[in-house]
Amino acid sequence: MAEATIPPGAEAPMFYELDEHHHDAGSSTMLGFWMYLMSDCLIFAMLFACYGVYSGSLAGGPGPQELFDLKLVAVNTAMLLLSSITYGFAMIAAGEQNKGATLGWLAATGLFGLAFLGIELYEFSHLIHEGAGPWRSAFLSGFFTLVGTHGLHVTFGIIWLVVLMVQVSRGGLIAANQRRLQCLSLFWHFLDVVWIGVFTFVYLLGVLR
Amino acid sequence: MSAEPVAHHASGEAHGSRRDYVIGFLLSVVLTAIPFALVMTNAFSDPRVTAGIVTAMAMVQIVVHMIYFLHMNTKSESGWTLMALIFTIIIVVIVVAGSLWVMYHMNLNMMPEMASEAMEAM
Repeated sequence: MAEATIPPGAEAPMFYELDEHHHDAGSSTMLGFWMYLMSDCLIFAMLFACYGVYSGSLAGGPGPQELFDLKLVAVNTAMLLLSSITYGFAMIAAGEQNKGATLGWLAATGLFGLAFLGIELYEFSHLIHEGAGPWRSAFLSGFFTLVGTHGLHVTFGIIWLVVLMVQVSRGGLIAANQRRLQCLSLFWHFLDVVWIGVFTFVYLLGVLR
Repeated sequence: MSAEPVAHHASGEAHGSRRDYVIGFLLSVVLTAIPFALVMTNAFSDPRVTAGIVTAMAMVQIVVHMIYFLHMNTKSESGWTLMALIFTIIIVVIVVAGSLWVMYHMNLNMMPEMASEAMEAM
């Protein structure tokens, strides 16, 4: 009897899951996006490892002490941190179905992100102007690849943010847009976590060495 | 303003409250400001002490971000996000520590004079 009753019992929840298909799709999106972020994490791990290996290979060129301006990096870090909390406020406003506040906080996040990118591009152009471009030494190749890849992620994050602002302003805070906002939330905060590694291991420990 | 009732909270995803974000932000500010201040003011004469503190604060700040901004907990997605994270951390540690270790010893074997200089510099 027990053998006869278990298979129908096991099938019944399957039907209920199919009923709640939308709800299910949403949660698997978040897990899938998390998997993507973890694979992105591995890309950054490789770039950090390369930078770590090359960081002593100056080829007679300038080292971290001469090149890095910690004040600029501190301002940059502040920009990214501020953009993290403004994105958090956007998520809270989205949870409260407050469309205007959501768009406002998203715009603030985008501006802080643009400020971060502007400062980083200024730093890069300054380094290249000083003759310390990525071609100068293995250390600088590793530095530009690692920090540049992070900057590229921020760039695409801002493009995504603008697209989402258009979607939210047109479609409102429907479930699909909420899910998209959550994905970008993970992406944005993940970039901030990577930046902790960058400013610690590249800039601070580089200047210390 | 709400077009339809949104029922996406039931999957166990944690949503931060305003308080969570503010706590996370304040902790992050402190954990960022202290390392920068230590390095910029040369607070300790031994750079290894500073390096240790700076690295430790980075680790703590990453955990702070994971909890307060990325809302990591053991329950979200039945624990699969945490499992994926732990797996990734293991791989990251192997890749980074392994690369540094292997390449350091390659240098040691290939270029003894440079390696000994590097040792003295440390």
